[in-house]
Amino acid sequence: MTAGILLDVRGVSKRFGGFEALTRVSLQVREGERFGLIGPNGSGKTTLINCVSGALGSDEGEIRFAGHDITRLPAHQRTRLGIARSFQIPKPFVSMTVLENLCIPAEYAAHARFPGAGADVVAEAMEILRLIGLEAKAHAPAAGLTQIELRKLELARAMAARPRLLISDESMAGLSSAEVDEILAILLALNERGIAIIMIEHIMRAVMRFSQRIVVLDAGARIAEGGPGEILNNPAVEKAYLGE
Amino acid sequence: MRGRALLAVAVALVVLAVALTRLSANQYYYFAAYVIFQYVVLATAWNILGGYTGYVNFGSAGFFALGAYTAAILIKAFPVPFPVLLLAAGTVGGLLGLSLGYLTLRLRGVFFSIATLALAVVLQTLIVNWEYAGGSRGIYTMRPATVLFFDNYVEFLFVVMLILALGALATARWIEHSRLGRGLAAIRDNEEAAECMGVPTLRLKLVAATVSGALMGIAGAPFPYYVTYMEPASTFNLDYAVNSLAMPMIGGATTWVGPLLGAVLLGTAQQIATVTISSALNLLIVGVVLVAFVILAPDGIIGLVRRRRGGRHA
Repeated sequence: MTAGILLDVRGVSKRFGGFEALTRVSLQVREGERFGLIGPNGSGKTTLINCVSGALGSDEGEIRFAGHDITRLPAHQRTRLGIARSFQIPKPFVSMTVLENLCIPAEYAAHARFPGAGADVVAEAMEILRLIGLEAKAHAPAAGLTQIELRKLELARAMAARPRLLISDESMAGLSSAEVDEILAILLALNERGIAIIMIEHIMRAVMRFSQRIVVLDAGARIAEGGPGEILNNPAVEKAYLGE
Repeated sequence: MRGRALLAVAVALVVLAVALTRLSANQYYYFAAYVIFQYVVLATAWNILGGYTGYVNFGSAGFFALGAYTAAILIKAFPVPFPVLLLAAGTVGGLLGLSLGYLTLRLRGVFFSIATLALAVVLQTLIVNWEYAGGSRGIYTMRPATVLFFDNYVEFLFVVMLILALGALATARWIEHSRLGRGLAAIRDNEEAAECMGVPTLRLKLVAATVSGALMGIAGAPFPYYVTYMEPASTFNLDYAVNSLAMPMIGGATTWVGPLLGAVLLGTAQQIATVTISSALNLLIVGVVLVAFVILAPDGIIGLVRRRRGGRHA
């Protein structure tokens, strides 16, 4: 299957003072693809994602999404175009209920892209909560959720923006094995609906099972790309993780 | 339905206020009520940026005084009708609010608050050094000899301030229940997440800061006529900044009812204390009550009521 390219990152660099966090990184994600982004701690995964989602501006290079040049767009406009993300450390809207958390992106992002879709924001949000398995908590305050519920809320809230590309930033970190499987099943179900997903994860078992294609970053540069099997047998990747 | 009921209450209040002025009671009551209504406007305005959006403004006195001086200077320069004063003070306050909004690009939390305090000091310095505005000597404003329908100018100002207070409350209530209000709440909870969920955070913050600033400016517009003599030290008084922050916090900062409750309770307490004990005691009362609330009821009176109710049902 040769689906079109959805996200096209071309030679993106990002510096923090004298530290070069990303050095001319390029990668492409296709429509509906399950894409893994891995690398040791500090390799620039989250920085790259921040550049893609718009939380950070990039110093060099170009980012295109669905045919638009989004390199200079503010984050909220990228979300409206269809890029949604979850945060590594959950950032819920704590004064709201779980359902109200979802209504924010539904109203501000999905509605902006699909005029008229705002008519039934609540029904749509409930549908997403059902899919994610959070519907029992819909009217609970977001401040009182457990860790796994917070991770689910992150994904549910990102989904409420009706993304074409979902970026899951370490949604499984610190979860138990059973919980990892639960999140993995959710991400697979979301992908079934045609949403491309970038998974950033340290839990190799999950990334390898999930991804169709993987890019490996090390010290801000891309060192490998390929299917899960190729990546596992790549000497450069082994060196990056384990040293020589 | 609730909106209509509240509108009816508002109209009834105005009619009642006008009827009260026919009683020709002691003039002091109109003076005192004016101050309380003025605090309803200031507290409500502060709350749009501070309570809804989470940007704490310590410079309310600057906004208020800027509105008051805009009006005083206009009165001195041209024979302008009263509504023009409100409009001009609102515009100037709104523009200052807009520039404050741009500050939120770089400053958050206490750093933003300190900048707002500095802003008020800068404005005061400008006025002190502006000869036409009276400088540090102050500026006199003559009240018009007659005003349509009312026997006394203070009675007229009393009704005007009541209408302004109701207008401010209606604005706050509308924002709270609108898409704008939900976006502001998202910014208050987590600005980064809000932006990533499609909320145009900068634009919303600019709107909130502008509306808040405009309302504070408008609150100051009738002030020259109210006091007839203004000087910078008392017009830029810290009382205004502290009160317009303390009142929403005591009432409850996440809803439009909070600033109303806080302003009426604290404002009345201050007026009573001024008459019965001493006028210097005002700020002490605010301080003690604020500290007590921060410790015992961080979500204000509204928070206390909600917790009571939630506790019973849960």
